[in-house]
Amino acid sequence: MSIDKETARRVAHLARIRVEEERLGALADEFNAILAFVEQLNEVDVEGIEPMTAVHPMRLKRRQDEVTDGGYPEKILANAPDAREGFFAVPKVVE
Amino acid sequence: MSDLNRLTIAEARTGLRKGDFTARELTESCLTEIAGAGVLNAFVHDTPEIALEQADAADRRLGAEGAEAPAMCGIPLGIKDLFCTKGVPSQAASFILDGFRPEYESTVTQNLWDAGAVMLGKVNMDEFAMGSSNETSHYGPTVNPWRRRGDDAPLTPGGSSGGSAAAVAGDLCLGATGTDTGGSIRQPAAFTGIVGLKPTYGRCSRWGIVAFASSLDQAGPMTKTVRDAAIMLGAMAGHDPKDSTSMDIPVPDFEAALQGGIRGMRIGIPREYRMEGMPGEIARLWDEGADMLRAAGAEIVEISLPHTKYALPAYYVIAPAEASSNLARYDGVRYGHRAKLSGGEGITEMYEKTRAEGFGAEVQRRVMIGTYVLSAGFYDAYYRRAQRVRSLIRRDFDTVFADGVDAILTPATPSAAFALGEMADADPVRMYLNDVFTVTVNLAGLPGISVPAGLDAQGLPLGLQLIGRPWEEGALLKTAQVIEDAAGFVPKPEKWW
Repeated sequence: MSIDKETARRVAHLARIRVEEERLGALADEFNAILAFVEQLNEVDVEGIEPMTAVHPMRLKRRQDEVTDGGYPEKILANAPDAREGFFAVPKVVE
Repeated sequence: MSDLNRLTIAEARTGLRKGDFTARELTESCLTEIAGAGVLNAFVHDTPEIALEQADAADRRLGAEGAEAPAMCGIPLGIKDLFCTKGVPSQAASFILDGFRPEYESTVTQNLWDAGAVMLGKVNMDEFAMGSSNETSHYGPTVNPWRRRGDDAPLTPGGSSGGSAAAVAGDLCLGATGTDTGGSIRQPAAFTGIVGLKPTYGRCSRWGIVAFASSLDQAGPMTKTVRDAAIMLGAMAGHDPKDSTSMDIPVPDFEAALQGGIRGMRIGIPREYRMEGMPGEIARLWDEGADMLRAAGAEIVEISLPHTKYALPAYYVIAPAEASSNLARYDGVRYGHRAKLSGGEGITEMYEKTRAEGFGAEVQRRVMIGTYVLSAGFYDAYYRRAQRVRSLIRRDFDTVFADGVDAILTPATPSAAFALGEMADADPVRMYLNDVFTVTVNLAGLPGISVPAGLDAQGLPLGLQLIGRPWEEGALLKTAQVIEDAAGFVPKPEKWW
């Protein structure tokens, strides 16, 4: 599989990273180098092998479904680039 | 007393309890060294007020509790910039977290402060822990205190925990926290002649540590000696209800586990790690390491880990995939950098410009690769296949452990430290090869330790890696202690800074 400029543009947009038009070709080349390296995985016979979805075979711990934290909006907003009246402020998202 | 900064944690523990010096004097000695070591660029946010306050508290506690005080009481540390520390800049060496001061403390650092340890400041790293040379840091690279004999060229301390490694090797602190996703503790430890331990996945809480690849990330100690690693791990480790993947099992006394020797232990030498083109010095060091363990009574056996070759390719699918998901949170809304917008630009432009300005080139590359391998139509071909190969890699280890192997000996890195800038024009894959011996350990969730074992022809340190069974850091440390004793590695970088 080879990534062209158009695919690079699409991936950059999916990742929400602006890439200038003139960079797209070089970016596609970098992707292709990494994907060529990764292609080796196709040599492995994975027939009947389950994907590893947990590092240790253990049941994820459960906890009581109760509120244990919270109630300090000022701390939550303390690092916001733009916060107003107790909310995060962003550019207009609906017309 | 002078040169307190050069002490090991174990030596300082003794001195503090005997009253030879105070935690304040020890801390001041480190702060002076840090102030004089700006050229190393290891410390990126100094916290001298916090350090002295914590040191005074440690002195009071030592006075009150004496020998009962925790082993880490009064010990000054460097903290990797990946750990969130309350009120102190914590930005993962990224511009996108510029100005971020967490309102909370990571569990691992809180455990250390509860044990009386002292924070000297935050140390440098590769951006979001993505890199093997410290060159992806927004702060600029850390410089290795070691130099090639008769050569002033600045060398990399390795990465991503390069600031931690340089700070410990340069005696700016007594120990440092690191994190390891593919080799980020062990490779820099090897490049700087110190000890670096990546614990079993789940031994230390990941809560409050900026996430890179959540199924691979693990925090660990970086120290001057194996004993210090045992002491410091004991203070970092433990179950945390805030990290459901942290294991709810008791933390053993790792230092006590150093006793007893390794007679009768079986040490595996994996034939697949003897890579084509391996430098003679590395191969020789590896053989010497096996001899040291044999001389101490261990049985050396050749083993096979047949899927080794596929570990790096699997890693470069899984780690970027998890990173693309974890790093989605950096969007300019809740913290850190937000791009300035021009007229008519809306929320999508804000995300795209913020992330383009905030992330460096390597982070952008990995986020986009991760996005690609998770995208519709490619998920099965890349991500699911990599996860299945990961199962096979874990099975390789399970098989040799079931056959009675107690630990595995390998080189830590394929070379000694290289020069900063040397890999600038190489394609990304060449840099990735730095992790060829370490990355299998993360994929399998095992503990691994890098121990300095010798110098190369240019006078640079080289490390050996030991890989252990899950949750058996004690046996691993004991084996590492044998190598440390037998290798008698004592050289220190000559102070040029």
